[in-house]
Amino acid sequence: MAGHSNYVPQSAAAKWLESRLPVISLVRGSFVDFPTPKNLNYWWTFGGILFFMLIAQIITGVVLVMHYTPSTGAAFNSVEHIMRDVNFGWMLRYLHANGASMFFIAVYIHIFRGLYYGSYKAPREISWILGVIIFLIMMGTAFMGYVLPWGQMSFWGATVITNLFSAIPLVGEEIRTWLWGGFAVDNPTLNRFFSLHYLLPFMIFGVVILHVWAFHTTGNNNPTGVQPKTKQDTVPFHPYYTIKDLFAIVVFMILFAWFAFYVPNYMGHPDNYIEANPLVTPSHIVPEWYFLPFYAILRAVPDKLGGVAAMFGAIAVLFVLPWLDTSKVRSGTYRPLFKQFFWIFAANAVALGYLGAMPAEGTYVLLARVCTVYYFAHFLIILPMLGFLEKPRPLPASISEAVLKGGAGKPAGATAAPDTK
Amino acid sequence: MAHTDQAEPTRRDFLYIATGAMGVVGAGALAWPFIDQMNPDASALALASIEVDITPVEEGQSITVKWRGKPVFIRNRTETEVEEAKAVPLDELKDPLARNSNLPADAEATDANRGVKGNEKWLVQVGICTHLGCVPIGSSGDFDGWFCPCHGSHYDTAGRIRKGPAPENLLIPPLEFVSDSTIKIG
Repeated sequence: MAGHSNYVPQSAAAKWLESRLPVISLVRGSFVDFPTPKNLNYWWTFGGILFFMLIAQIITGVVLVMHYTPSTGAAFNSVEHIMRDVNFGWMLRYLHANGASMFFIAVYIHIFRGLYYGSYKAPREISWILGVIIFLIMMGTAFMGYVLPWGQMSFWGATVITNLFSAIPLVGEEIRTWLWGGFAVDNPTLNRFFSLHYLLPFMIFGVVILHVWAFHTTGNNNPTGVQPKTKQDTVPFHPYYTIKDLFAIVVFMILFAWFAFYVPNYMGHPDNYIEANPLVTPSHIVPEWYFLPFYAILRAVPDKLGGVAAMFGAIAVLFVLPWLDTSKVRSGTYRPLFKQFFWIFAANAVALGYLGAMPAEGTYVLLARVCTVYYFAHFLIILPMLGFLEKPRPLPASISEAVLKGGAGKPAGATAAPDTK
Repeated sequence: MAHTDQAEPTRRDFLYIATGAMGVVGAGALAWPFIDQMNPDASALALASIEVDITPVEEGQSITVKWRGKPVFIRNRTETEVEEAKAVPLDELKDPLARNSNLPADAEATDANRGVKGNEKWLVQVGICTHLGCVPIGSSGDFDGWFCPCHGSHYDTAGRIRKGPAPENLLIPPLEFVSDSTIKIG
């Protein structure tokens, strides 16, 4: 933060501002001079990519609102109006709709990076918990955004998800009616979802500031998991990571643009181009791909309340993860057993996503149950036990040592001249 | 408390606590309108009942009407369907309760308790799956009744849950025959 900057205002104007609001030194301390571990790999660029996606979603979203009408009678047609009549409306909507998917691709990579390198462990528990909160708000925002076009999937997705709350004992029905503002998903529901869909991204922005503040207080984690010990272990954020992040963002934008311009409906569902009809349910309801693993967990439990509890539990368990992993070693690089279980967990998560897209019958149900049990076992049994059973490999004395010695496969000379400033 | 040596709380302590408590009550009272505005409004509540002319519905036919924004299935059941529903022993039912708003809450899920009172071949029920709220498809499923495509719940010819994740029988709304050909729902 500000303390990391050696900035001294030079011009009279800068001095005047700095003595009243030290915003220049705050920005310089956080994003220019901030000492960052010099060994961050490309998995670390997803933080920057996520920030870019948040801003992109806010900008395209604010612009779409200028043409959208939040009313059950007009919403569907206003989206078609955006697609056909509004100048560049098709592009803005496709960027926003695919942007949501890209946002989730990036956030899942970011989460798995944190899981692999132990970024949730002391002293970064608060960063991790704030991250899980961001993830939750993201899911709420995406869900409500998907309702706004008022297609068949919008309507029935909203119906199924709001009905989850009716599983709560005693007050479930009242909560559901309260969420709907009526006796079914209808105009009041659409209007409140629109209001909240506009609000929540700004709340995400606020929590992102806290998230960054927290890991700027503890310092970034890094691929070795070893804390920086000397100045030789870090480089200033600018230009080293501003450029690296920017490069990663550009590469990510290529993928984003490919989806938005070449296969804009690949991640959507054709049923959503049929206007919402409260009297007919589409034959196969599936949520957007980023909810599929949790949807599979919901359906794996043959009990309404149990399924809902398992689904929310799958996210709740992430909040206590820092205290479930008993190993003192942060990075998976030095944990031979953890590394294997990490990849099994990742494959299991992908399998849950696949099963969530399949109909809930026959072997799919059985497999979904196995995968659900494994999901929870990873956090509640495997991680706590690994800390005691596993013998980690020796940790490097410092980041510099790891970079200079363990540079297998690195081009010669790439790290040959350590920063001696 | 700063005055740990003092056994009796002072008048000032009392005033602090009383002021704080009043503040909490005030904040709660102010929060309520912001929470309650999300509950169903007067216009949603005004649509609470409808009347339906059922003359055109022949035996073996169904119609779907909208009540409180939800589909309501009105089915003129065939003899076979009624016989089929009557033949089911009660202990085979997943949900033993009638779920009929016109009967006491503990009424058993017999066919007589599911059909419209006095005219049991008519079956009127809210067409919302009791699992997660999809609309089941009529004349299908393993029990010739309704089948929910979302998560695979099967209902029989009396709208009782027989198989799948749904916990309850389809709900029967408050209803009565206002004339020979008209049903009032709600």
